[in-house]
Amino acid sequence: MSLQSIDPFIWISLIKILVVFAVLMTTLAYLQWVERKVIAHIQVRPGPFYVGPHGLLQPLADVIKLITKEDLVPSYVNKPLYLGAPFLAITMALLSISVIPFGPTIQVGPYRTWMQLTDLNIGVLFVLAVSSMGVYGIAFAGWASNNKYSLLGGLRSSAQMISYELPMSIAIAAPLLISNTLSLRQLVETQVGGIWHWNLIHGGQVVSFIIFLIAAFAETNRVPFDLPEAENELVAGFHTEYSSMKFASFFMAEYANMITVSCMATLLFLGGWDAPWDAKYGSSLVPSIIFALAGVVAIFHGLNPARKRDRYTLPVFGVIFLVIAAVFQAPFVQSWLIPLFWFAAKTGAILFAFMWVRGTLPRFRYDQLMRFTWKFLFPVAMLNLLVTAAVVAWLS
Amino acid sequence: MDVILFLIFALIAVVCAINVVVQTHPISSAISLIGVMGSLAILYLLLGAEFIAAAQVIVYAGAIMVLFVFVIMLLNAGVEVKRGRSFMVQLLGVPLLIAFLGLVAWIVERLYPEGTTVHFGGFTGGSAQAIGRALFTTYLLPFEITSILVLIAILGAVVLGRKEMD
Repeated sequence: MSLQSIDPFIWISLIKILVVFAVLMTTLAYLQWVERKVIAHIQVRPGPFYVGPHGLLQPLADVIKLITKEDLVPSYVNKPLYLGAPFLAITMALLSISVIPFGPTIQVGPYRTWMQLTDLNIGVLFVLAVSSMGVYGIAFAGWASNNKYSLLGGLRSSAQMISYELPMSIAIAAPLLISNTLSLRQLVETQVGGIWHWNLIHGGQVVSFIIFLIAAFAETNRVPFDLPEAENELVAGFHTEYSSMKFASFFMAEYANMITVSCMATLLFLGGWDAPWDAKYGSSLVPSIIFALAGVVAIFHGLNPARKRDRYTLPVFGVIFLVIAAVFQAPFVQSWLIPLFWFAAKTGAILFAFMWVRGTLPRFRYDQLMRFTWKFLFPVAMLNLLVTAAVVAWLS
Repeated sequence: MDVILFLIFALIAVVCAINVVVQTHPISSAISLIGVMGSLAILYLLLGAEFIAAAQVIVYAGAIMVLFVFVIMLLNAGVEVKRGRSFMVQLLGVPLLIAFLGLVAWIVERLYPEGTTVHFGGFTGGSAQAIGRALFTTYLLPFEITSILVLIAILGAVVLGRKEMD
């Protein structure tokens, strides 16, 4: 069967899946490196530094380490559930990326396709449904491990996720009322036209944005809501008994969930791939300027090295940044590369906030966690939804 | 294609439903129930009711069943001990089941005598807009009554919970 005889939709979709999967996996690996670096710099230490230049090959080393570790199965575990739980967690975490739109259409030869795997008309609900199924991975892992710390971790996580899902869903409902659609692609299309058209500003959804972010921290089990794996109370919580790649799947699931909620925040509140101001006022120059500045700074520090190694590594990075800056001005890629840059920049900013908070805030106590969501977050989210609904009804 | 998918997921739903009763461990029963909810959601999706499918997963499989699992894990419920079946159950169980299934088949036959099979994708009222419009126009009264019923149930739970605390 020749390539022409197959429906182009099929092989375009396959290529897109391959690209999205490769990019997602690389991002997952390097997100952890970035997080370690960010937290290290917050705590005034260099962070991973020895594997590759500036520790850049650290994720690769970690992957090799995790794959080659002994895969232990403790005795008296519930085998099927114990083995199935990490699989469930990682599947549900990776599944929701399939409806996230990263940018507008892209033209490859005669074919024009969206930078999104598939657009569901219930895209927002799909992401909510898939993430609500992800709880089982953690809950079952905790239960099947036959360990009291794991069980407590699993219990905490299921109670916490159920509780924070409510304010999160209600916070999502407010911008949906303004955009009047459940499809993630149309959601962005209703916000196109600069920063004044985004749901955050145009709809006045600052409150629901903040509620969404707080609930997202809890949904992904991140500091300050990382009660399910509080190491000074529960050893490692629900994944105490897991080792090797099964542990890595939980780890990857956490980071994949982080990426998903950051993408969701970008799409719901920050206008997705839309540039903050119009291209005729120079918004398309911003990526080039940022990368050129980064390149110049890197080359400058490479010429005045603080460490011996910097003399070789930093100029190389500087040249790479300058090349990227030039690529952003190439006319044939500009139409899709610049929206992609804005999407990545917004998502990256939220991911950075995740790390920043981890380096800053201490952990909540469990009763504080529950009181906070039920007595504060939930009523505020409800009030915000009511006000938004009243304003939307009044204006239409 | 539709029929094959329908048969696969209908079979999964029925097998899981039977498994809920047959399993002796509460967690296994709960997982089977999640299987039932999940395959029902896919059946809704096959019919073209995508909003109901998503709501089914979010509410039933994602929230209610998590609470079930939570309670089972919290109480650390052990394996059920099987007791011998009573004489009446042994004698009448299977004939009554057959009679019940026959009755259901007869009623369905009487209600829908044309016997048209379900046409997949023919149902167009499954979008969020259509459901919302139906709920707030045609079915407004049942919808409001149901919400009051749920509210009463929540209040009842609060009252009962408070009594425990004193």
